[in-house]
Amino acid sequence: MDLNFTDSENAFRRECRSWLEANVPRESLPSGDTKEGFALHLQWEHTLFEAGWAAVSWPKQYGGREATLFEWLIFEEEYYRVGAPSRVTQNGIFLLAPTLFEFGTDDQKERILRPMARGDVSWGQAWSEPNAGSDLASLKSTASRVEGGWRLNGQKTWSTRAVFCDMAYGLFRTDPEQARHRGLTYFLFPLHAEGVTVRGVDRLDGDEGFAEIFLEDVFVSDADIIGEVNQGWQVTMATTSSERGLSLRSPGRFMATAARLIDLYHRYRDRSDPVLRDEVIQAWMDAQVYRWFTFQTVTRMTQGESIGPDSSMNKVFWSEMDVRTHETALAIIGEALELDEGSDGAVDGGHWMKGFQFALAGPIYAGTNEIQRNIIAERVLGLPRK
Amino acid sequence: MHFAFTDDQKMFRDTVREVLQRECAPEVVRATWEGRPEGVRAVWGTLAETGVIGMTASEDAGGMAMSELDLVLPLEETGYAALPGPIVDTVAVGIPLLEAAGTDAQKERWLGPAVVGEARIVVSFEDQAVVPHAASADVLIAQRGGAAYCIPVAEVSVSPEQSVDRARELGRVAFEVGAQYRMREDVDAAALFALGRERAALATAAQLIGISRRMLDMAVQYAKDREQFGKPIGAQQAIKHRLANALIEQEFARPPVYRAAWSVATSARDAGIDVSLAKIYAGQAARFVAKEALQVHGAIGYTIECDLHMWMKRAWALAAAHGDAAYHRERVGRHIL
Repeated sequence: MDLNFTDSENAFRRECRSWLEANVPRESLPSGDTKEGFALHLQWEHTLFEAGWAAVSWPKQYGGREATLFEWLIFEEEYYRVGAPSRVTQNGIFLLAPTLFEFGTDDQKERILRPMARGDVSWGQAWSEPNAGSDLASLKSTASRVEGGWRLNGQKTWSTRAVFCDMAYGLFRTDPEQARHRGLTYFLFPLHAEGVTVRGVDRLDGDEGFAEIFLEDVFVSDADIIGEVNQGWQVTMATTSSERGLSLRSPGRFMATAARLIDLYHRYRDRSDPVLRDEVIQAWMDAQVYRWFTFQTVTRMTQGESIGPDSSMNKVFWSEMDVRTHETALAIIGEALELDEGSDGAVDGGHWMKGFQFALAGPIYAGTNEIQRNIIAERVLGLPRK
Repeated sequence: MHFAFTDDQKMFRDTVREVLQRECAPEVVRATWEGRPEGVRAVWGTLAETGVIGMTASEDAGGMAMSELDLVLPLEETGYAALPGPIVDTVAVGIPLLEAAGTDAQKERWLGPAVVGEARIVVSFEDQAVVPHAASADVLIAQRGGAAYCIPVAEVSVSPEQSVDRARELGRVAFEVGAQYRMREDVDAAALFALGRERAALATAAQLIGISRRMLDMAVQYAKDREQFGKPIGAQQAIKHRLANALIEQEFARPPVYRAAWSVATSARDAGIDVSLAKIYAGQAARFVAKEALQVHGAIGYTIECDLHMWMKRAWALAAAHGDAAYHRERVGRHIL
C-alpha cells in the first residue's frame, strides 16, 4: 500500500491544473440542458478535445492521452476543483465509448470515437421505455430484418438531452420469440432520420433535459449493431457496472461540492447552528470516504479484477451522499433557497437549488437505488431471488 | 497510488482467521461472560505462537517490527471472533509504549514475556480510570500527571466494574504514583501517549470492522435459513434492503480504516484526522449493522441465547471507546472549518 501519488501522477495533476486554470471559461456557461447552453458546452468540449483533455484515458489514436485510471481520477478532481463546465458529452464518452472499446469493431471505433469526443456528434442514451424502466428487460421496441439492414420501431423515454443530440444508442428486440433479456440487440441510430420524432420533456428543474423518442420504421444498417445480434443484454451489462461504479460519478465532483459547501457555511455561519455544522463535517467526510473507496476499487481494477455487482454499493453511496450534501446547503441558505436562478437575491445564483434538484435524480437514474439494493442483496450477499 | 494490502498481509490475516475460527468459537466468548476465561488464555498462547502478539515488537525483542498497516487486518479478525482480552492494549499500544519509554529493567521484566504471550499489558490513558481486562492482565502502563508509569498489576488496586459486554472484564484501577514505577524521563511521554491514543482508536476501529462483518454474516445466514410464508425471509425485499444497507455501511467503513492505518504507519501529515474518520465510520457502521442484524433475527436476536448479543454489545462499547463519534467529529470539524 502506498497512498502517496507517484511523481508522474503529481506531474500529471500539475499539467491538468495549469491547462484548466488557463482555459476554463471565467463566466459559467448557461445550463447544458438548454438549447443555447448545449451548443456552448459543445464548443467547450471541442476546446477540450483539441488540447487532448476530452477523454484522457482513451488511446492516442482516438484523441486521448492513454492516461491511467488514477490519472483519470486526478483529471476529474482538477476539473471539478476549478468549476469547469458539466460534460454534455458524458453519455457518449463515459457510457457508449467503454462499450465500443469492449465490443466495437475497428471500423465503428474509427467512425464514432473522435467525432464524439470532439463534440461534433453528440450521443444520447435510449434505454428506458414507457413500460420498461427498472424492469428494462421487458422492453418492447423492435428491430426487424430488412434488405441490407434493420427497421426500428417503438418508443424510448427519459433520454438525456436527446432533443439536442445527433445520435442515440439502445436495446431493441430482434427475436420476438425470445423473452426478456434474450433476443435483444444493441443498436446505434440517428435522431434526425426519417421516422424519428423526438419530443422534449422538461425535467424537475424546468430544463428540457429529457426526451421521448418515437421510432417508426427507422432504417439502420448492420454496421450500427454493437456486438452480436441477440447479445445486446450482455453487451449492455458488461459496461453498466462501470457506469454505476466509476465513470459516471468520480470523486472529484463530490469533493468540489463539499469544498463549496464549506465555503457557503463560512459565509452564512452567523445563522448556522451546531446541527448544521455537524452536517457540513459529515458531507466533507463522506466525500473523502468516497474518494478512498474509489481509490481502493481502482487499485483492484489495475490488478486485473473487475468491479461487478459491488459497483451497486458505490452508486447508492454517491447518489444519497449528493442529496444529503445539497440538503445541508439549502438548510444553511434558509428561506432564500426559493430564490431561483435569475433572481437578484438568489444565493450563489440559485446554484444550490438547481444542484439539489439534479441530485434528487441520482437515486433514480442508472438503475434506481431499489434495484441496486436488490443486486447487492442477491449477487453480493447471496440472498434468494424469490 | 496503490490502495491494497500485500499478499503477505492477506496471508497473515488468513492465518489469524483460521486460528480464531478454531480456538475462539462463540462458546469461548460465552465462557468468558460466565467467568471462565481459560479458553481465551489458550487462544492468547496460540496467537503468540503465530506471532500476532509480538507483531509490533522490535526484532531484538523477539517481535516482527511490524506496523499498523500489518496489524489492521489481524485486528479485524479479532473483532470478527469477538476475542476477549487486551489485544488492542497489548499489541497496538502497550508493546510500542514499553519499547519506547520503558526503562531497561521494565523492558527486561515485561517485554519478552509480553511478546511470547506470557504477560498481558493494559493501558490507562490520563483520566482513564476504568480499564478493560485490568484484573486479568499482568502489567499496567499508565499516564498520570503527564508522566508515564509501568506497574505490575499485582500492585494495582483493581475493583470490578460491570460492562454491558461482560467479556470486557472492566476494572477500576488505582495505584500509588511512585517513583519506582516511573518510565524513562528522557522521552516525550506526552507525545508517546498521544500516539498511543491514535493507535488505540485505530485498532478499535479495525476491530469494529470485523464485528460488523460477523453480525452481517450471522444476519445473512439467518435470512437464508429462516422460513416464513413458505420461503426464506431473505427472499423478501424488506429484508434484502436492510442487509444491503448494512453491507454498504460496512464496506464504506473499510477505506477510512485502512487509510488511517497507512497514515499512522507512515507518520503522514494529518494522520490524526484520518484516525478520526476511521473511528467515526467504523463505529457508525457497527452500530448500524447491529440494529439491522437484530431486526432481521427478530425475537431470537433479542435473547442472550442467540450469539448475536455478544457482538452487538461489543460494538456498542467499542464504538464509544477511544473517542466516540462526537469527539472525533469535533476534531475533524476543527481541522476543516
